[in-house]
Amino acid sequence: MNPAGAGAISAGRAGEPLLAVHGLGKRFGERQALRAIDFAVAPGELVAVVGANGAGKTTLLSIVAGVQRASAGQVSFSPVLRGGRAIGWAPQQPALYARLSVRENLRLFARLERLADVERAVDEMLGQIGLRERAGERVERLSGGNRQRVNVALALISRPPLLLLDEPSAGLDPVHRGHLWEMVGALARRSTEGPGASVLFSSHHLGEVERYATRAIVLSDGELLFDGPPAALVAAGGGKGGLDEAFVRFLAERGRR
Amino acid sequence: MSTAGAAVEAIRRLLGKDLVILRRSRLLVGVLVVYPVAIALLIGLALSRSPAKPTVALVDETLPGQTIEVGGQRVPVSAYAGQLLGQVQARNVDTRAEAIAQVQSGRALAAVVIPRDIVARIESGFRQGTLEVLYNGDALEQSLVRSELNSALAQANLGFSEEIQRAASQAIGHLLAGGNLGELGGPANAVGLHEVPGQLRAIIARQPPGADRSSLERIERLASYAAQNLSLARDVLSTVGQPIHAESRLLQGRRTPLSSFAVVVAVSVSLMFVCVLLAAGSLALEREEGVLARLARGLVSREALICEKLALAGGCALVLSLAMLAGIGVFVSLDWGRFGQWLLALVFGALAFASLGVAIGALARDVRAASLLAFLLSLPLAFLALVPSGAVASGLYDVIEAISFVFPFKAALGALDAAVNGAAPSIAASLAHLIALTALFSVLARVGLRRLE
Repeated sequence: MNPAGAGAISAGRAGEPLLAVHGLGKRFGERQALRAIDFAVAPGELVAVVGANGAGKTTLLSIVAGVQRASAGQVSFSPVLRGGRAIGWAPQQPALYARLSVRENLRLFARLERLADVERAVDEMLGQIGLRERAGERVERLSGGNRQRVNVALALISRPPLLLLDEPSAGLDPVHRGHLWEMVGALARRSTEGPGASVLFSSHHLGEVERYATRAIVLSDGELLFDGPPAALVAAGGGKGGLDEAFVRFLAERGRR
Repeated sequence: MSTAGAAVEAIRRLLGKDLVILRRSRLLVGVLVVYPVAIALLIGLALSRSPAKPTVALVDETLPGQTIEVGGQRVPVSAYAGQLLGQVQARNVDTRAEAIAQVQSGRALAAVVIPRDIVARIESGFRQGTLEVLYNGDALEQSLVRSELNSALAQANLGFSEEIQRAASQAIGHLLAGGNLGELGGPANAVGLHEVPGQLRAIIARQPPGADRSSLERIERLASYAAQNLSLARDVLSTVGQPIHAESRLLQGRRTPLSSFAVVVAVSVSLMFVCVLLAAGSLALEREEGVLARLARGLVSREALICEKLALAGGCALVLSLAMLAGIGVFVSLDWGRFGQWLLALVFGALAFASLGVAIGALARDVRAASLLAFLLSLPLAFLALVPSGAVASGLYDVIEAISFVFPFKAALGALDAAVNGAAPSIAASLAHLIALTALFSVLARVGLRRLE
């Protein structure tokens, strides 16, 4: 991927984080959606972007994915990421061909990704998202949750080193949410072949952020208020209760919501 | 795999995907197939059958068997009525009231009353015969029936004037040649006007000089002058029946039969709708389903995506247009020897229309908006391209020409007319125009695709 824009995305130097965001800003007319955002994602990290509705999470992920252009700042990628195929992206709204079956969607994108063994990759992914039995069904006939599973599967099918997931567990039941994070976690785990994939995801389920994320970024009104481990956010929020309560307190103490 | 090879492979994959989606969109495919077939059948039937004649109630108030004398010949009034109403479907009724009832009820579009005194008026030689025409209906129907009856009356009057001119010419011939002038109310064995000057000159030669000889010489000069001018009058009479004769000469282009031009218009309209709608809809669908961003993030270039939509829409429209031409060919004679040129015109026309479609699809946010925009844009553009010069004010026509120039319909029509009918300007000029428009709209589409959401 080499998306251009005011906040241009450029390849970083070897040895640096997989993804680095510097002074990123985005303006929609009069509204400033993102203000001077800075953070980096190291190989193998699972970084959660949390914030209230309208905080700028989707805008941030869309700019990093190259779907939207930044108004200011820069997004840099490590040279190990070559082209769009190295970055898996699952948008908030499932991006699928409704009139194709689950298998046809997976097969088409596996072919466009130019995977060596398309059928094997498709079969593995069908097994991982638990839709093997419904592989021949058209996407338009699937429930919202099942569409979301296919949506995430398309981001994972090429096993990219960097994953951008915008609310990947939205609409999933607790069982499938667990399966999803197992799958993403497996991809992110270090193996003998090297570090696992880095994952930048947004979520409103702070329980899963606490459980699976190695770092959390808190956005509010387009500003980055916190960047650190979830446990540090709990501490910053008073150290009582879970991440949910700590997050609300954290924002309230800063006059945000 | 090279970049170009990868792009071709991606186009192939997407084309396969779109054909699967099309196959599953039965209603859309049905419309895309039925539409050109229906247009082809309608055009074919319209061109192969004469139009229906409007029904006109006829009241003949003259006496049964009554005749009119024209040029020494007696023509039955019924024959004149038949000639007058040859262009309409005449329905004889007995009374004027009945005719009015027919018109008011809508069973007849108009009524023509031939009054009892028409024979006397025509034969009087100084009064016109008058027909009464009664009609009803809306402005269009009124216009139709008035036009038909005026045309019929003009034809009948022309017939009368030709009869009168022929009779007058015959009478002049008799006067010049002499002989039995009984038909003209003259003597049985009259001398012809042509012979009079000669005979007078012979008599004058035998006359001694004097007052009688002078008188005879004056009469001879008058007779010579009369004979010469009556001969000229016969020629003049032949021009009176049709004083103006049009001799047409084509300065540019080639005479295209209306039926062949109608075929070209029908095919162009179908080609336009199929291409523009399919290209606009299929590209807008990528955006509507959110897949555009996924594709354009490195899997498929925007240029390759545009090429794929051009191939999809152009290919489908090409197949349908060829089928349509084959269908119309059953009704209208087409020169299949020019098939190569047809193919060129259809391919380049399809690409230009498809590029307009992808430009619309790239700018629209969803399929409905793209389809609506495609319809709203295509239909008036087709109409504008068919406006003939002289039909509107010259300034407005210049504007219409400029608009038609930057959209593909007129160029596609020109290319297809040149291909099917050999009309001017040459097909090469139209093809070059279409290529330029394809490039222009493809660039616009590429600009529209900068936005992925």
